[in-house]
Amino acid sequence: MKENDVILRTVTRVVVFIILTFGVELFLSGHHNPGGGFVGGLVLSSALVLLYVVFDIETVHQGVPFDFRKIAAFGAMVSLLSGTGAAVLGKPFLTQGFGYFDLPIFGLTELATVTIFEAGVALTVIGTVVTIILSISKDV
Amino acid sequence: MYAVFVIFLPFIMAALLPAAHRLLGDRLIGWYVMAVPLILFAGLVRLIPRIADGEVVAVSYAWIPDAGIDLAVRVDGLGMIFALLITGVGTLVALYSIYYLSPRESLGHFYVYLLLFMGAMLGVVFSDNLMLLYTFWELTSISSFLLIAFWYHRKGSRYGAQKAMLITVMGGVSMLAGFLMLYFMTGTFSISEIIGMRDTLAGESLFVPAMFLILLGAFTKSVQFPFHIWLPDAMEAPTPVSAYLHSATMVKAGIYLVALFTPLFGGLDAWFWSLSIAGIVTLLWGAFNAMKQNDLKALLAYSTISQLGLIMSLLGFGSAALSADAAGNPTVYAAAGFAALFYLLNHSTFKGLLFMVIGIVDHEIGTRDIRRLGGLMSFMPVTFTFAVIGSFSMAGLPPFNGFLSKEMFFGAAVDIASGQPFAGGAEVIFPVIGWLASVFTFVYCTIIVYRTFLGPVQPEKIDRAPHEAPKGMLVAPGILAALVILIFFFPNVVGKYVIGPAMQVMFPALSQEANLVPKIEAWHGFNLPLLMTFGVIALGLLLFITFRHWKRIYRVAPFRWTMDSIYRWLLQTGEAGSTILTDLYMTGRSRDYFVFIYLFFLVAAGGMFFLTGAYEPDFSTGPVGIFEISFVIIMAFAAIAMLFVRSRITATLLNGVLGYSVAIFFVFFRAPDLALTQTVIETVTTVLFLLCFHFLPEWKPEDSPLRTKVVNGMIAIGAGTLVTAFGLTVQGYDVYESISSYFEDSYKLAGGSNIVNAILGDFRAFDTMLEVVVLFIAGIGVYTLIALKPKKGGDDIEGK
Repeated sequence: MKENDVILRTVTRVVVFIILTFGVELFLSGHHNPGGGFVGGLVLSSALVLLYVVFDIETVHQGVPFDFRKIAAFGAMVSLLSGTGAAVLGKPFLTQGFGYFDLPIFGLTELATVTIFEAGVALTVIGTVVTIILSISKDV
Repeated sequence: MYAVFVIFLPFIMAALLPAAHRLLGDRLIGWYVMAVPLILFAGLVRLIPRIADGEVVAVSYAWIPDAGIDLAVRVDGLGMIFALLITGVGTLVALYSIYYLSPRESLGHFYVYLLLFMGAMLGVVFSDNLMLLYTFWELTSISSFLLIAFWYHRKGSRYGAQKAMLITVMGGVSMLAGFLMLYFMTGTFSISEIIGMRDTLAGESLFVPAMFLILLGAFTKSVQFPFHIWLPDAMEAPTPVSAYLHSATMVKAGIYLVALFTPLFGGLDAWFWSLSIAGIVTLLWGAFNAMKQNDLKALLAYSTISQLGLIMSLLGFGSAALSADAAGNPTVYAAAGFAALFYLLNHSTFKGLLFMVIGIVDHEIGTRDIRRLGGLMSFMPVTFTFAVIGSFSMAGLPPFNGFLSKEMFFGAAVDIASGQPFAGGAEVIFPVIGWLASVFTFVYCTIIVYRTFLGPVQPEKIDRAPHEAPKGMLVAPGILAALVILIFFFPNVVGKYVIGPAMQVMFPALSQEANLVPKIEAWHGFNLPLLMTFGVIALGLLLFITFRHWKRIYRVAPFRWTMDSIYRWLLQTGEAGSTILTDLYMTGRSRDYFVFIYLFFLVAAGGMFFLTGAYEPDFSTGPVGIFEISFVIIMAFAAIAMLFVRSRITATLLNGVLGYSVAIFFVFFRAPDLALTQTVIETVTTVLFLLCFHFLPEWKPEDSPLRTKVVNGMIAIGAGTLVTAFGLTVQGYDVYESISSYFEDSYKLAGGSNIVNAILGDFRAFDTMLEVVVLFIAGIGVYTLIALKPKKGGDDIEGK
C-alpha cells in the first residue's frame, strides 16, 4: 500500500526538533517551573515515537542507533545509584543536596543532585516507552 | 572489624569473580576461590588463643536502627567451631573441586554460588542479631538451591533443588515467626541480650511456642525426621557440593541454631524431649535406610541424616544440665553437649573424607552403584586406604576419632537413662535405640568398604578401566584422613582450645565448674560404653554376613510408606488445587477482570466507607464558570457515546477526548505539571493504541445476555457513584492537619520552587525511584512477552 505522506514527513522534520527542544527545556526547568524528569522524558520519547511513526524503523535506527532497552536499564541504575552517595556520607538514602555556585558564563547558578536523579528518571521513561512501542510494532 | 571482614570477604570475592575469571582463565580460577577460605581459616586460627581465653570479639553497626536490626557480629567459641569447619572444609573442597570439575562446566557460576554460600554460612554463625541471622540463613538455602540445580538440564537436579528449597524455606519462615515472638517478648533482636533475659522470659506464654517454631527451622535445615527427605534428593549436586554443604556445613546450621539457643531454652522439658526424640528417631531411621541403598551417595546421605540425628539427640541430653533437677551434678549431662560438638567436628572430617572418596570412585569409574562396583582395592590403593579410614571412623572403631565420639555418645545416653533428669522413665530407650542404630551404622560402613573395594571385580559392568585418581585429587581427602587419625591421638588439644570455649557459650550457668570440659581418653577401662562397642562389632558383622537373608524386611509395609510420597502428594494436590482456583477467575477476558476489580472496590472500599459513617458530602463549591460546565458536558457526551459506537477507532478517539478534557481540567485548577504530563501521556497512549490495532480482534457488539449487561451496568454506575461520593467527602475532610505546609518550604529545604518536583525528586524520592524501577520492569516485561514468545510451530518452552 503506497501512502502519500509528503506533508507529514516534511512537517515532522521540523516539528521533531521543536519537540526535542521543548523536552530538554521541560527537563531543565523542572526545578522551579512546571516540568521535570518524567514529563521531559515523555516529551522526548514522543518525539522519537513520531519519528518511528512517520519513517520506518530502519531509517530512524540509522540516525538514533541506541538500544533503548539498555537506556532504560541505565536510567533505572542512575536513579538508584544517585541515592547511594548520600548513604555513603551518612545521610539517609536518596537525600538530595543543592548549592549555589558562581560559574564563569552562567553567573550565580544553582546546582542540585536531584538533576542526576531526574536524569535517570527521564532516561528510564524514554527507554521504556520506546522499547514498548518498538517491540509492539516490530511484531506486526 | 575482622569479623565483619570474615563475613564479607567471600561476597566481595564473588562479586569480583567474573572479572578474575576472565583474567585468570578456567585453570586458575579454582585457586583464586580456594584462597578465600584459606586466608579466613588462617586468620581464625590466629584468633583461637584469644577465644580460648574466654574473650568475645563483637562489633555492631547500625543497619536499620528504626527496626532494631543491626549489623551485629559476634565471634565466640561456638561460632568459632562452625567457622573453622566452614573455612577449613571449604578450603579442602575448593582444592578438590579444582580437579573434580572439568573446565567445560560453567565454573564461573559454580564458584560464585560456592562463595555466596560460604559468606552466608559465616554470616549465620557470627550474627548476633536475629534478623541478620535469618537473612543469612535464607541465603544459605538459596545458594544451596543454586548448587543442587547446578546441572539444571537434569530433571532430578531440578526436582531435588526445589524440594530442598521448599522444605528449608518453610522451616526458615517458621523460624522467623519464632524470632518475631522473641522480639515481642523482649523488645530486642540482639541474641546475646535475649539470652541474658532467660529468667524473665520463662513465664511468658509465647516462650514455648517460639521455641517450637525455632526448632522447626533447625529440624528442616538439619534434616531431622520427618523433614529428612530433601537430603537424598539433594545428592544430585556435584560431589564437592555434597561434601561441603550437605554433610559438613549447611545441614549443621540447624545444630548451630540449637546450640545457640541452648542457654535460652535448655532445661525446659519440652526442649529436652523434642531434641532427644527427634534426634534418636532420625538416628535410627537414617541408619536403617542407609543399609538398603545401592547408590553410594544416597547411602552417605542417609548416614548423614542418621548422624545429624545423633548430634541433635546429644544436644538434647546436654540441655538437661540446665534443668533445675540436674542441680546435683550438672556436668555429667553437660558432657553430652561436649560430645555433640566433638562428634560434629569428627563427622565433618570422616564424612567429608568419604564423600570425596565416593566422588573419586564416581569420577574415575563412572558409576557409584555398588551393584556394579567391587574389587577396586588393587586398582585404587590410596583411595581404598582413605575409604577404610573414613568408614571405620564412622563405624566407631579405634584408632580413629569416630571411636572416641561414639563412646562418648554411648556414655551420655547411659547417663541420661540412669539419671533420668526429667523423671519420665522413658529415657531408657535412648541407649537401646542408639546402640541399635550404631549396629546399623557398622553394617553400612562395612558395605561401603566391602562392596566397593573388596570382592570380585565386575569389568563388564563398568565403562572405564579402573585406575587411581590424579594426585591433586587425593590431597584434600588425604588431609582429612590425617586429621581423622590425629584427632584420635590428640583429642584433648581440640577439646581444650576449640570445644571448651563453645561449652562456655552453651552452658554459661556452669562456666565456673572445673570439669565442664571433660578429658577425652581412648582407654577408659572395661565399662559399659566399651562393651556396647564390642556388641556393635559382633552383631554388625553378623548382620552384614546375613544381609541377603533379612533384606526382605524393607518390603514390609510400614517401611515402604515414605515421607516422600506424602511430600509428592502435597505438591501435586497443591498444584492441582491452585490450577482449579486460578482457572476459575483467569478467564482471559478483560471485561471479567474489570468486573472483579470494581466489584472488590465497591464491596471493600464502599462498604468500609458507608459502614463507618465516613460519608459526609460537602456540596459547597468555588465559582463554576461556563468552561467547566461545557467540558463536563463534552466529557459526559464522549463517555456515553462510547457505549454505542460501532468502530474501534471511534472509541479510541472518544477515549482521547476524555483524556485531553481531564488535562484541560488540570489547567482550570492551575496544576500545570499534571496538565503537561496528562497531555503527553494521552498522546503516547493513543499512538500505542493505534499500533495495537493489528492484534485486537474484530470489534463486535457485546452479545452477552441482558442480565449480565444489567449487572455490569450496575457495577459501573456504582463505581462511578462511589468515586463521586469520595470526592465530595474529601472536600470537607479535616480530621487530620494538612501536611502541605511542610512542602511549601521546598525552596528552603530542597532548593527548588516547584513543589511537585521537590516532592517527587527529593522529599519522596524513594517512591519515585521504585516507580522508575517498576516502569523499567514493565517495559522489559512487554519486550520479553512479545520478542521472546515462541514462534508458531517452534519449541514448546513451557513443556521442557
